[in-house]
Amino acid sequence: MAELLFWPALLLYGEAAIGYFGDMRHPGRAGRIATWGVRLGWLLQTALLGVQAARDDGFPWGTWASSLDLFVWLVVSAYLIWGCRRPYRLLGLVVMPLAVALLAVARAGGGTGIGSASHYSNLFLVVHVVLVLAAFAGFTLAAALSGLYVWEERRLQTRPATILRRQMPALATLDSLALRTVAWSVPLLTLGAAVGLGRLVVRGDRLDALIAVTAATWLVWCAYLGLRLFGGWTGRRAAYLALAGFALVVVVRLALPATHFA
Amino acid sequence: MRLVLVGTSHHHAPVELREQIALDRDQAQALAARLAEDGREAVCVSTCNRTELYVAAPDAGEAERAAAAALASLGPEIEPVLYRLRDRAAAHHLFRVAAGLDSLVPGEGEILGQVRVAHELGTTGPLLDRVFRQALHAGRKVRAQTAIGESPASVSAAAAALAEQVFGSLEERSILLLGAGKVSEQAARNLRSRGAEITLVANSKTEREQIHEQLAEVDVVIASTNAPGLVLEAATVAEALRARRGRRLLLIDLAVPRDLDSAISELDGCYLFDIDDLEQIVVETLSLRRREAERAEAIVAVEVEKFHEWHASLDVVPAIASLRARAEEIREAELQKAESLLGRLDESQRRAVEAVTAQIVNKLLHLPTVRMKQAAAAADGVLYAEAVRHLFGLGEDER
Repeated sequence: MAELLFWPALLLYGEAAIGYFGDMRHPGRAGRIATWGVRLGWLLQTALLGVQAARDDGFPWGTWASSLDLFVWLVVSAYLIWGCRRPYRLLGLVVMPLAVALLAVARAGGGTGIGSASHYSNLFLVVHVVLVLAAFAGFTLAAALSGLYVWEERRLQTRPATILRRQMPALATLDSLALRTVAWSVPLLTLGAAVGLGRLVVRGDRLDALIAVTAATWLVWCAYLGLRLFGGWTGRRAAYLALAGFALVVVVRLALPATHFA
Repeated sequence: MRLVLVGTSHHHAPVELREQIALDRDQAQALAARLAEDGREAVCVSTCNRTELYVAAPDAGEAERAAAAALASLGPEIEPVLYRLRDRAAAHHLFRVAAGLDSLVPGEGEILGQVRVAHELGTTGPLLDRVFRQALHAGRKVRAQTAIGESPASVSAAAAALAEQVFGSLEERSILLLGAGKVSEQAARNLRSRGAEITLVANSKTEREQIHEQLAEVDVVIASTNAPGLVLEAATVAEALRARRGRRLLLIDLAVPRDLDSAISELDGCYLFDIDDLEQIVVETLSLRRREAERAEAIVAVEVEKFHEWHASLDVVPAIASLRARAEEIREAELQKAESLLGRLDESQRRAVEAVTAQIVNKLLHLPTVRMKQAAAAADGVLYAEAVRHLFGLGEDER
């Protein structure tokens, strides 16, 4: 059953990624088809997560590979909030290839099947894993918005004749959306990390590389919030900082999880 | 009923002629009402680019002469530049007008509202009501399914669109006007219509200090002075940026020679567009509109075809109605004859016999009805209608 849901979801996400690329070159039908690909793919992935939850005895996303599966779902869910609106379609150009790649990695690591239940308690995992992943999904979206900001601002400065051909969100809108997304995500990460640290202290476990880099990530995003709210940072500088924060998210999600989940 | 169009537009008549027959709403309504006095239907579409009379009447020639005479009475020199179209061609023209395809700027959006008002003020009956409703539907469909009306078609509209690209909503955004040329006034008006406010119109007598103060506050600067050199140096803007705390500044330079230092575009948070940039954007968007116009023409063609089928079917509707009436008459007569037998049947059995006979009649007449409507759309409708009348003896009782 999980197989039947995984492959169509992956194909639809892939179709969306290609569709958004086509939409960038010729705005219109390709973008609409891509958005339907995201919607249908998301429904299938939701069903896949449902099957995993129903079949597994315990929290099914406790391994790094299965947590990637959940992470992709959270990223695509967050994207769907805006991505269905025409001016934001281009976000899909960043989000959907990432979703396809991560879902494929999750599959390679055995995270999209049944039987990956963790030995940790359900409550701890629900609070810790889900909150941290939701925060990372938010940071991913904020980084995509910031990337779009940098691209759009560059167009405004190079002034191509085609600048108004594509309907895009305004710079000010992209900037404030990125800020709002981070403002939601930082508290989620704080809470999720605090739960994890609490457990670490109780059990007397040692810090690992992933925890250290997650702390650095948390600091960068806190700095982002602080500089934006109190330091007067807006626009390009803030966007670059968001992209730097996202680079750390990539390291945390892809380079280091083996140490932590082991 | 025939559909006739008589009128002229910017394609055929210069403004000196068009202004002779340009009508306001009341005059257009009165003219349509006057034309409709003899049992006709009439609608007058009058804008700055066109004045057109749409008339529905049984006699197309007579309706055409009456409409041409009505326009000639407003401007005697107009007669040679009038175009005259009938039926399908007239409908096609109206559909193109409503879709903005016949406008000076393809996809111009105002015309749809003007056609709607003309329809509301006209003296309409079944034919004009139908053709105008369908034209408005086609116009809306073109705007919904193509990008023909999305991009700005003038320098001032491009400036406003760029401001929206930077700030989103322009509510409560402020504008500093340096000089007041015609295009900059249009651009400012365009921005104001979207909610922005002009905080200062600076001229040669305005103190430099005042301009520098405003630079720290405003969101958009539009420059179009006649000054021989630069009015705003990059260093001045850079100084103002310190007080702006990262707020974005859009600068539109419409002057030749330029008023704004091109180095401003390198400053963080400043977006500078000169007249060449804006004109290139307009050229690009107009070419996009022309490309979209091809798709729009296809949509219009489909809608015109639908209207034509409906209009043509009007020729055969009386024959179809007579045929069905005759068939029903025969069915009822035969049931009457069989009354002695049917009298023995109970109520449900009688209803079943009624239903079966009605179904036989309907099935027999279904194909001829469809074929007659198809023939009507292919211009053979009248011939078929005559043939049906002859074969079934329709209307002979009345003769």
